[in-house]
Amino acid sequence: MELTDIWFLLIALLWTGYFVLEGFDFGVGMLLPLVGRTEADRRVAINTVGPVWDGNEVWLLVAGGATFAAFPEWYATLFSGFYIPLLLILVALIVRGVAFEFRGKIDSDRWRRNWDIALFAGSVVPALLWGVAFANIVAGVPLDADHEFTGTLFTLLNPYALLGGLATLLLFALHGAGFLALKTRGDVRMRARGLAHGIGLATVVVGGAFLVWTFLAHGAAWTIIPVLVAALALVGTVLMTHRMREGWAFLLTATAIVAVTVTLFGSLYPDVLPSSTDPANSLNTTNAASTPYTLSIMTWVAVVFTPIVVAYQAWTFWVFRRRIGTADIPVATGLPARIPTP
Amino acid sequence: MNLDLARWQFAIVTVYHFLFVPLTIGLSVLVAGMQTAWVRTGNDRYLAMTKFWGKLFLINFAMGVVTGIVQEFQFGMNWSDYSRFVGDIFGAPLAIEGLLAFFLESTFLGLWIFGWDRLPKRLHLACIWLASIGTVLSAYFILAANSWMQHPVGSIVNDERGRAELVDFGAVLTNSTAVGAFLHTITACFVTAGVFVMAISAWHLAREQHVEVMRTSIRLALVTVLVGSAGVVVTGDLQARLMTEQQPMKMAAAEALYDTVAPASFSLITIGSLDGSEEIWSLRIPRVLSYMATGSFDGQVEGINDLQRDAEQTYGPGDYRPNIPVTFWTFRLMIGFGLLAGLISVVGLWLTRRRARAPVPRWFFGVSVVALVLPFAANSAGWIFTEMGRQPWVVFGTMLTADGVSPSVGAGSVLLSLIVFTLLYGVLAVIDGVLMVRYAKAGPPPTAVPDRNHDPDDPGATDTTDEPRPLAVAY
Repeated sequence: MELTDIWFLLIALLWTGYFVLEGFDFGVGMLLPLVGRTEADRRVAINTVGPVWDGNEVWLLVAGGATFAAFPEWYATLFSGFYIPLLLILVALIVRGVAFEFRGKIDSDRWRRNWDIALFAGSVVPALLWGVAFANIVAGVPLDADHEFTGTLFTLLNPYALLGGLATLLLFALHGAGFLALKTRGDVRMRARGLAHGIGLATVVVGGAFLVWTFLAHGAAWTIIPVLVAALALVGTVLMTHRMREGWAFLLTATAIVAVTVTLFGSLYPDVLPSSTDPANSLNTTNAASTPYTLSIMTWVAVVFTPIVVAYQAWTFWVFRRRIGTADIPVATGLPARIPTP
Repeated sequence: MNLDLARWQFAIVTVYHFLFVPLTIGLSVLVAGMQTAWVRTGNDRYLAMTKFWGKLFLINFAMGVVTGIVQEFQFGMNWSDYSRFVGDIFGAPLAIEGLLAFFLESTFLGLWIFGWDRLPKRLHLACIWLASIGTVLSAYFILAANSWMQHPVGSIVNDERGRAELVDFGAVLTNSTAVGAFLHTITACFVTAGVFVMAISAWHLAREQHVEVMRTSIRLALVTVLVGSAGVVVTGDLQARLMTEQQPMKMAAAEALYDTVAPASFSLITIGSLDGSEEIWSLRIPRVLSYMATGSFDGQVEGINDLQRDAEQTYGPGDYRPNIPVTFWTFRLMIGFGLLAGLISVVGLWLTRRRARAPVPRWFFGVSVVALVLPFAANSAGWIFTEMGRQPWVVFGTMLTADGVSPSVGAGSVLLSLIVFTLLYGVLAVIDGVLMVRYAKAGPPPTAVPDRNHDPDDPGATDTTDEPRPLAVAY
């Protein structure tokens, strides 16, 4: 196996880690208005991801950095070409990140309501747009001989990509519902379970359609395997939710996300960004890659440190494994909205 | 047009990001130190300090994290030709920074924030230290990347592929420029955190509230600022010499020195003509520039005009001079603000010494509070100087900034993102400012002492996993 193939796999792994992990905290953010009817319920939901969301998001930063290091041409074309969607994602991640930290800082309903909107929008926008982006990556975009993107924003908003966006949106919402059902007790758990039912059925339909389209239009023969795994996992999620097996349901949505990511990267290989104007202009693992010297150094670093990162992140989930309910939520410690006059 | 917009955007989002970063790095180490003192002595004053400064640290950290996300992607967005050209070299430290540093700081900070009642005391303490180490590591890797742009080492230019290629990664990591920049930046981070703690402690001491906690805090802060400032001066001196050797034009621009002279005087103030090409009047200290640049009071320092002539011979016709008024003034503001912070710490250590006969005069507290702006202004000025002084190059001697912008991104898109980031960052600055001020004024929380019934170190008090009880910390 070439070093360039190893790096294609590693980048697929980083995106998989990102979607599996941040997928559920996007889901929690999206479902916040639905599972959290009271302030205590909303805090229960937010605190299920409180200790881990930031570590989850680093998978994205490392995926970005690794793409820059291993496939500079891919990094350059992708992020300059998908300029406006990426801008929206960045803005969403910014407001969402500060929302976690700032929401409880002032004890005022209006303050918290505004941050709840930030959490909701900041979760919906990236969950949708990552799907739009990856569908476009797999389908290909207009690239000229210099590998420059020649389309517009509307090139990216084609039916296949929008279906992809809807599929990831639903998939992450389902993943989040499963996570909430697994990590909470009381009303939030009940509502999350109920939502998982409805979202689960919708995900089977929309996700299934997206997978079939991907396979028929862009898939390699072997990608039928991850397509089937993803489909079975989604159906399994619905069944396990019905049987109230929350651990299994969550594990199955995680499996579905892994399988969808494998399908997407598998369909892409050996291209990294196909050109829809002329196949000769496509970026692939060879013409987009860094030198073998850089790739070999990066491989050593990745081989040594990725397992360490996975180990300590797994330990974090173990430390915070306990379910939480409203009884666990301490009284609000935010400062009053108005400065008290003596 | 695109070039100017892209440069403005990079400047705005990067200078803004760097308002938060030095405080994060310096304060994470100080808070870790406070908690270590608490774990070792059991003195609740140190616990109150850990909780109070830790809370301010986290408000700042959140801003640093979210503004950092943009940094990882904006090279591809606005500087795609730069990314194509340098990715083989520049991308590696960025990716390693993420894998080694960002994971460490974010994961262990999450454990630290929510782990107060979940982890044994020492393990919990280890979490904040690991997060601190992560912040320091991240500084090293990003500075190694930037230093390669200042002084490209360990690489060759492959004309056929039209890109720079890495040939010696060790050389990139041990680049003298990177070592100098790292030491200078880290010491500046301690000055920043020290002044931050000093200013807020002084505010409380002036009002005679939380006296115990704030007195200990201000002493710690003053020592930190003094040691940090000494380090900044020594490392700055080292950097000036490297700069003279590696980027003589930047040194000449820092001084607005037009003609080569030996010995060279350091100008405190120079008034130049409007286009910055001629000197009208200046106030100078003899021989100091020679010393700064070469280590000898008689050393020759090359002037802008000679360097421009040399550059034209080497690189062909073009203007190789940076913006002289900007480099001249940012260089002075950096040094001036930095030295002033150091000076205040000396005065403060004297006034707050244990055997002082008189109480600390009120004016000192006032000065300390105002001094809060100094490190932030010095940090920003320093980076603006470093980056502006490298112009017109993006990679010194190798790639022009003008050749780095994204050809496929229209001016409208760049302008849109420039406006969006500026407005968003403006709103966040107000929110962050209000929260910082209010939490700083609120002082240490009254219930800083942990619930002894749930001490994770005490096996007798350990609860069964599913028994509901309030979390020690929650969003």
